Amino acid sequence: MKAAAKKIVIIGAGPAGLAAALRLRDRGERDIVLLEREREPGGILRQCIHDGFGLTRFGETLSGPEYAARFTERAAGLGLEIVTGATVIGLTTDRVVTAATREGLRVYQAQAVILAMGCRERTRGALSIPGQRPSGIFTAGVAQAYMNLKNTMVGREAVILGSGDIGMIMARRLTLEGAHVKAVFEIQPYPSGLPRNIEQCLNDYGIPLYLNHTVTQINGDSRLSSIVVSKVDEARRPIPGTEREIPCDTLILSVGLIPENELTRMAGAQIDPDTAGAVVDEHYQTSIPGIFSAGNVLHVHDLADFVSLEAEALADSVLEFCSGSLRGCPIEVSGEGCGHVIPQRVSGKADVTVSFRPRRPMRGCIVSAVQDGKRIASKRLPRANPAEMERLSIPASVFLSQSPIKVVLQDD
Amino acid sequence: MTRTFTCILCPNGCEITASAEGGKLTGCEGNRCPRGREYVRQELTCPMRNIATSVTVRGGALPLCPVRLTGPIPKEEIFRAVGAIHAVSLEAPVRRGQTVLQDLLGLGVDVIATRAVSVLDGRDG
Repeated sequence: MKAAAKKIVIIGAGPAGLAAALRLRDRGERDIVLLEREREPGGILRQCIHDGFGLTRFGETLSGPEYAARFTERAAGLGLEIVTGATVIGLTTDRVVTAATREGLRVYQAQAVILAMGCRERTRGALSIPGQRPSGIFTAGVAQAYMNLKNTMVGREAVILGSGDIGMIMARRLTLEGAHVKAVFEIQPYPSGLPRNIEQCLNDYGIPLYLNHTVTQINGDSRLSSIVVSKVDEARRPIPGTEREIPCDTLILSVGLIPENELTRMAGAQIDPDTAGAVVDEHYQTSIPGIFSAGNVLHVHDLADFVSLEAEALADSVLEFCSGSLRGCPIEVSGEGCGHVIPQRVSGKADVTVSFRPRRPMRGCIVSAVQDGKRIASKRLPRANPAEMERLSIPASVFLSQSPIKVVLQDD
Repeated sequence: MTRTFTCILCPNGCEITASAEGGKLTGCEGNRCPRGREYVRQELTCPMRNIATSVTVRGGALPLCPVRLTGPIPKEEIFRAVGAIHAVSLEAPVRRGQTVLQDLLGLGVDVIATRAVSVLDGRDG
């Protein structure tokens, strides 16, 4: 099949893909196509009907659909080419993109490809919870899609495993829809979602949150009838004798998100085991020239606003790539005391902001960028949580050499 | 009295330690912006929340339309408010921003649609 030439192909029309496309268009680029698997653009925002989006990007608080509309309505007005119902099934190192669409296969030869596929939810299978396999077990996002898009109630007596933000938001949503949410259980000694969601989604409705607890048994023939929860020790092993059986018909899992990088791997791009996303340089370029990645497919964000901002920065780099003026990035970046650092390579010739996530909750800590044994940039954080992504700016002027940079997070 | 609050007004989620006497705020620490102080003052007198839910749509390309309030309401009114909203059903097409209920329960806020829903046969609203 002959490939159609396209300057920029964007895979995914969620908050990252849309923000990148509009930024490219604002800067005069017109030869763009967005490929979207769902029937309409907007991504996960379509089902996130709660408010709290947009404070950083737009300076006001919006619901998910309203935040998405800021992008989709502009895209429609500008006549941006968005192919919906299109699943990308192939991506090569030399940037040939193959998509299965309702009209058959489409093949593009792109000058640049933007990966904006977002992430998937971790499921019961990944947790290996023993027991039967009844209905009534949903990931939080699937329950959210049933309730907010399909008008289908998922259950009446619910328990939530995992304190991720979507799980807590679904605890509130289920409560408002008349279900009884008995508790949220979290295996870690700290919550994995934002403090404001513990307050407004759990505390407001009297839903208890149990840390150091997990589900150790699932019971039910056709429908879930009960679960067993146990306390866990420091190594997250269930403690015998702490089992408690809880009758329920619904178990919601909010146990983590996994960047969806099958296409990234197919193209041969290097993956960072800490983020499960691509290794990128300060231009959000992967290890394959001309293939870029931003948003939740690169690393899981707490807020859609930062996804949009990251994708807009990516769009600027893509234009530089297309005009052949992208700076080389020889300086390696790694983390110490933090779960991951993005980007993993920088030029040392431009101001750069690195993003990272603390490995454990900390109070009064300091994050520094260290090069050649010297602290070249640092910032004090009154508190740091694994639930909250943090950032450190490193000005171009402070780089000492092309030696590797270590981003060190430590108690002050 | 000293109490700790988690401010919900923005994703920072500041942990605020506040002291109060007779419902009056006398001290406030940990807020990174002035809105935090205002949040605590409101929490001490009458906690307010915005809510989002959905209403059914007849003849729409989607069975539901998401809605929210134009402003927060007293926390204790949440369930009564949701009940009143769920009694409403819209006819497609729905416009984004369309008023779904005016002056909800006399609380001085409106319920608005937060997305457009076109009619089922594809004609847009």
